[in-house]
Amino acid sequence: MSTIQAEKIADPWPIINRSNEPVIEIMNLKKSFDMEPVLVDVSINLYNGENLVILGKSGSGKSVLIKCIVRLLNPDGGTIHVFGEEVGQLGNAGLSELRKKIGFLFQSGALYDSMTVRQNLEFPLRRIKKGLTEKEISEKVIEVLENVGLADALNKMPSQLSGGMRKRISLARTVVVDPMIMLYDEPTTGLDPVTSDEISELINDVQQKYKTSSIIITHDIECARATADRIIMLKDGEVYTEGTIEDFEKSTDPLIKSFFK
Amino acid sequence: MGKFTPIIQVIPRVLPKVRDVTKHSMTRLSEKTLEQTGIFSRFLMDVADVSLFIGRLVREMFSGHFEWREFFQQCFQIGSKSLALISITGAIMGLVLTIQSRPVLVDFGAVSMLPGMVAVSLIREMGPVITALICAGKVGSGMGAELGSMKVTEQIEAMEVSSTNPMRFLVVTRFLAATLMIPLLVLYADLMGILGSWAGANIKGDVTFSLFFSQAFSSIAFIDFLPAVVKTFFFGAVIGLVGTYKGYNAGRGTESVGKAANSAVVLASLLVIVTDMIAVQITDMLMS
Ligand SMILES: Nc1ncnc2c1ncn2[C@@H]1O[C@H](COP(=O)(O)OP(=O)(O)OP(=O)(O)O)[C@@H](O)[C@H]1O
Ligand SMILES: [Mg+2]
Repeated sequence: MSTIQAEKIADPWPIINRSNEPVIEIMNLKKSFDMEPVLVDVSINLYNGENLVILGKSGSGKSVLIKCIVRLLNPDGGTIHVFGEEVGQLGNAGLSELRKKIGFLFQSGALYDSMTVRQNLEFPLRRIKKGLTEKEISEKVIEVLENVGLADALNKMPSQLSGGMRKRISLARTVVVDPMIMLYDEPTTGLDPVTSDEISELINDVQQKYKTSSIIITHDIECARATADRIIMLKDGEVYTEGTIEDFEKSTDPLIKSFFK
Repeated sequence: MGKFTPIIQVIPRVLPKVRDVTKHSMTRLSEKTLEQTGIFSRFLMDVADVSLFIGRLVREMFSGHFEWREFFQQCFQIGSKSLALISITGAIMGLVLTIQSRPVLVDFGAVSMLPGMVAVSLIREMGPVITALICAGKVGSGMGAELGSMKVTEQIEAMEVSSTNPMRFLVVTRFLAATLMIPLLVLYADLMGILGSWAGANIKGDVTFSLFFSQAFSSIAFIDFLPAVVKTFFFGAVIGLVGTYKGYNAGRGTESVGKAANSAVVLASLLVIVTDMIAVQITDMLMS
């Protein structure tokens, strides 16, 4: 932990109902790579229906944190409960069931290069929502593509798309299976302000339309402003501060100010 | 006492130097030993990694449902991508072999043995090994690069969160496709080789295809054929295993994609030759 103590920020909870059960409960999470600690002691709750933004410098372990939630990485210590179930204790079947409820937008988009946009969207649909008819699958694919404004990219290959289009397609691929929790890893990084705003809007749309709870990792303050109900900042593998966007903007802490310059 | 003062005065000045020297030589020593044990332990770790990978591969092969669609797609890919290359190499192999052996056989007055001799060397050795080496380059590196880039760009993780087992979807299908398709490609190469050989025989002579063909095959016993075919399945398995292993275990960062593809080719080619040697030894032992 750094010696600079973050100033205490006012209780962020008029916005979100505290009696609300957390959908994700991370307690004392630890993770290191080759003796190099990345997450030292992280405890975070995500409450039902909220958009939680996580800020932090590059390399502060934000991606590692959300990968631990879906057990793409195994933590070294601590516990993670999602919908009351401890992720570390789940067997293969349980883990697979849990992952069906969580949408994960990867930092790199992670579109399947060898498949068209349509096949990319059909892939999770066929595997997660078993029992859909071909017609339902096709309708669903077109519906989400229209939501992200890219219905005409249906038969393109990912390599034919621009960076922003790819981000939007991966967003479409994530929401196509109606997840209950969304984990966005830097949804707007590398995009122009207009496209970023559109993505932020999409994130809010998803939250309202599908009543999802989301964790949004970002460096983009505009995106945080547009989407955040609550913000947590990570530093040196621990939670540095927590508050609303107003708290952060008013803060005099040098690290926070450098983000909100 | 006075006699000793200079020594006592010198000690604080010398001591740090002694310490530095020992420290320096100690670190040099330890660096060297570290390097040596490092290479050795890395080798052991690699062996452990590969064994674990094979274990997982076998387990996934026999559990859960099989990804037929992806399997057939991979079979098609392997076949269609290598077909042109194998046709040309196979034909040239047969042609060259014929042209080269002809003068020797003429000297011995044994030109009539030409088709049989070419067929035996093609089917027993040249066809399998050369086709496998070409496939190690084409198929092995393709798998290494494809899976490697999927790993680096988080596509494998994306599959995992879409409740798809990437080991089953990507690795098992590719491994089995290579194991099945490479023997077929070898048979095809053998056939092209015999065609090429017939063309070669016709440069200086005049044989009908049916005569050439029947002469070629009359000299091939089942006993020549069986071990040659069996070993090609092992070649296929080796190429599939190395390609998927290198790709699936690529590191982080784009440069590891190139590394995965490259080391897949090198290792697969080497292992094809080693497997061939072992296969020849075993066949020899069983035959004698
Ligand atoms: N699979 C892994 N193996 C080894 N080290 C890793 C792995 N994943 C992450 N790291 C290391 O963990 C640290 C945190 O990485 P992470 O990707 O979580 O950062 P981040 O906060 O998401 O940064 P960015 O904003 O740049 O995406 C980095 O130093 C990275 O090198
Ligand atoms: Mg990241």
